[in-house]
Amino acid sequence: MTNTVLHKAATRGHANHGWLNSYHSFSFASYYNPERIHFGALRVLNDDTVTGGMGFGTHPHDNMEIISIPLEGDLEHKDSMGNTAVIRKGDVQVMSAGTGIYHSEYNKNKNEAAKFLQIWVYPNKKNVKPRYGQATLNKADRHNTLQTIISPNAKNELWIQQDAWFSMGNLDKDITVKYNLKKEGNGVYVFVLAGDITVNGQQLQTRDGFGIWNVQTLNIKADSPAEVLLMEVPMTIN
Amino acid sequence: MEQVEILVTGRHPQIMDTVLRLINQHGNWNASGALSDEVAIELFQQRAFRLVLLCSGISEESEKKLRALFTFQNPGIIIVQHYGGGSGLLTCEIQEALDKAAAKNKPVVQYKDGLL
Repeated sequence: MTNTVLHKAATRGHANHGWLNSYHSFSFASYYNPERIHFGALRVLNDDTVTGGMGFGTHPHDNMEIISIPLEGDLEHKDSMGNTAVIRKGDVQVMSAGTGIYHSEYNKNKNEAAKFLQIWVYPNKKNVKPRYGQATLNKADRHNTLQTIISPNAKNELWIQQDAWFSMGNLDKDITVKYNLKKEGNGVYVFVLAGDITVNGQQLQTRDGFGIWNVQTLNIKADSPAEVLLMEVPMTIN
Repeated sequence: MEQVEILVTGRHPQIMDTVLRLINQHGNWNASGALSDEVAIELFQQRAFRLVLLCSGISEESEKKLRALFTFQNPGIIIVQHYGGGSGLLTCEIQEALDKAAAKNKPVVQYKDGLL
């Protein structure tokens, strides 16, 4: 039998630190909700807005697959592996924190806010060698279809240490797309970036989250022009 | 409220410093760190810890050994794997583990109809 969990946008955790305005789909930092710890291997989904010129100073990470998806503005990244990069809307960044890394992330623009999703996925192997990847994706490849942006395939630049696949789609009104799960035992967490959609009968609006598992196929219908992120992850953690 | 003694063990000195600092910012938690199995075992024998937090860099063999030893010496010890290396998940991981342990140890009270 199919299982689902619905997280309406307004029920997310919220922390406004002035320079950082963050909405948490799952428990994070000072937001603790025992009912919302994770969706399978998906542990963090933060919807962050960073004011101009501000950001996260140097801080550590370990044993986590960290995916950043800029939605507006530019983020400047520096890390202990020697990477210095700017990630922009249309880019995706992945980091396997493994045995441990340090990094900082700042809004590169002084006068504009930067918006981005910060997503953490539990790795399927602990203490791997830290790794950084970044790529610019062609947004045309997700128009009225689903574009795979993250996979476990190490041949791609954007791969993570987990049997997880992320996809994005920009859908015109009334378009329906199908998503077939790639691995048995996985579930999909659907996050609506913009617009209204219906997923297997469940209506969703902007920034709603919808987890679904014990299912093989998702039918995603755009009830308005919509932008959607699908995160397919294992439902059990190693 | 009772002070919760926490033993943190890992292999990354800078992450250890960060984790210890973050835990010790919490009023009711007190953390001690060990960067090797030997120090972790020594500290565990000296002090009454409530929870052990396993951080990055510990080999599978070491983890197995530490878990077996700590559980043998204190069957009620809570052992938690820490992920993420910083402030994001730390509080939640510790709080969730303490809540679960408290719920497990809570006496079950059964009421019979008509008695209340």
